[in-house]
Amino acid sequence: MATLLLTPPLAWFVLIYLASLVVLLITAFWETNSFTGNLVHTWTLSNLTEIVTTSAYLQVIVRTVGMAAAVTVVDLVIAIPFAYYLARVASRRTRTFLYVATLLPLWASYLAKVYAWQLVFTRDGVLNWSLAKVALGPLNLIDTNWAVFIAFCYIWLPYMIIPVYAALDRIPGSMIEASQDLGGRTWRTTRSVLLPLALPGIVAGSIFTFSLTLGDYITPELLGGTNSVFIGSVAYTSFLSNNVPLGAAMALVPVVIMVGYLLGARAIGAFEEL
Amino acid sequence: MESPGLRLALRIWVVLVLLFLFLPIALIVLYAFDPATIESWPIQGLTLHWFSVAWHDQQVRTAFLLSVKVALLATGVALVLGSAVAYALYKFTFFGRDGISFLLVLPIALPGIITGLALNSFFTFTNIELSLWTIVIGHATFCIVMVFNNVIARLRRMPRSLAEASADLGARGWQTQLYITLPSVATALISGALLAFALSFDEVIVTVFTSGAQNTLPIWIFGALRLGQQLPEVNAVVTIVICLTIIPVLLAARIAGASSVARTARATVTAA
Repeated sequence: MATLLLTPPLAWFVLIYLASLVVLLITAFWETNSFTGNLVHTWTLSNLTEIVTTSAYLQVIVRTVGMAAAVTVVDLVIAIPFAYYLARVASRRTRTFLYVATLLPLWASYLAKVYAWQLVFTRDGVLNWSLAKVALGPLNLIDTNWAVFIAFCYIWLPYMIIPVYAALDRIPGSMIEASQDLGGRTWRTTRSVLLPLALPGIVAGSIFTFSLTLGDYITPELLGGTNSVFIGSVAYTSFLSNNVPLGAAMALVPVVIMVGYLLGARAIGAFEEL
Repeated sequence: MESPGLRLALRIWVVLVLLFLFLPIALIVLYAFDPATIESWPIQGLTLHWFSVAWHDQQVRTAFLLSVKVALLATGVALVLGSAVAYALYKFTFFGRDGISFLLVLPIALPGIITGLALNSFFTFTNIELSLWTIVIGHATFCIVMVFNNVIARLRRMPRSLAEASADLGARGWQTQLYITLPSVATALISGALLAFALSFDEVIVTVFTSGAQNTLPIWIFGALRLGQQLPEVNAVVTIVICLTIIPVLLAARIAGASSVARTARATVTAA
């Protein structure tokens, strides 16, 4: 019975998904014929060496990781007070309302969320109109990394709020009372009790904000400028220009980073509380 | 533990975050009704003209139909495979159980470009022509986890005594499955299906790599946005897509409870 139930889904995942990941890995060690553009199945390290020796590519990696880290930190700062209010202050009704209010933008069309910022940042957009009202601006953020950064923070914010809320919600009230009985003030209780106990949720949320930013090419493409080349953009452009092996090699970078991130999170014990 | 001042500050913060979350989406919806052909703020008036333009646009229609077809097929595959694996993990203990739930979450936890590029390389490698079916395969792969999450959460909450009572009353195994287990997980199946539909209908990052020459609706939108063409029409189409992703999610939340639509939390908890 178990075999009957498990064979089709596992076959799907192993024969298609895992097989695809393996092919991606292998493709990174192949090359394309520079005349025909066809994939040539000869083993080469040239894609990987090209990435680690070309300063432009290294810059792209540093830029992407920096962006992912910045987005994660900002989302965390926005999410923690919000999730705290949701989990520990709001009444039951308000909590349900706020919870659904967080989830709706998470599900609302991804492209819509990117595009919305184009409408905000464009030269005659809402931002410059509002700035003009208070005699400021214009501030032309469109086609800059600032636009990309703000849009990333916006798009992935609900992915941070939900797990942080779930973690804060699980902390027994008695823990906080105990901290207060022992003389812990708000800040001390937050730092020494709440945050450590919420760590699994924070890590879970950051896995999403970090990973989703690492692999996005659409937001930079639509909102960024000439300087907005990210790991995803390189992989996407290589794919468009028929140089899949280089794209595959580039795509391995986020895989390595994410695996390192997950192992690091495990090493500091972030998963033990889950 | 919160002083009144802190409470007030938190409340203000919550309102600001809500505005941040909703204003940009509201902005698109407003622009969709703007009669102007260039996009500048404030909007010039209100009209349904661009919805009519979108409705009569053959490209948009074809793309819309393809998106619906793909979403229905992917949801179907996800329903069968997702519920099968959820039931198996609930019912049986075996070596590698945790590995399976980790594997299911991987497609939504790894950056989309990896899944997309990987599937594309796979189809090239196996000489499979890109078609409707390759899009469905890609979508189903990350939709399975939606059904799986919902069904397994429901199964775990179901008291074991129900199935035991059924057996005590003389029901055979299949009768218990059909009359007890299936009705108990029915709403979880429905909400999982709705979420899978919404996820598939809106997907673009992976679809770019698996669609070949055909356009799904998000691909059509992405193309128009890249070229900066037909933007007023895009506003109308995007508004429709927002509705078509949000309505299934609201329905799912209504049917199976708000926590069933948390795309990330439970998934990561299961994974970790």
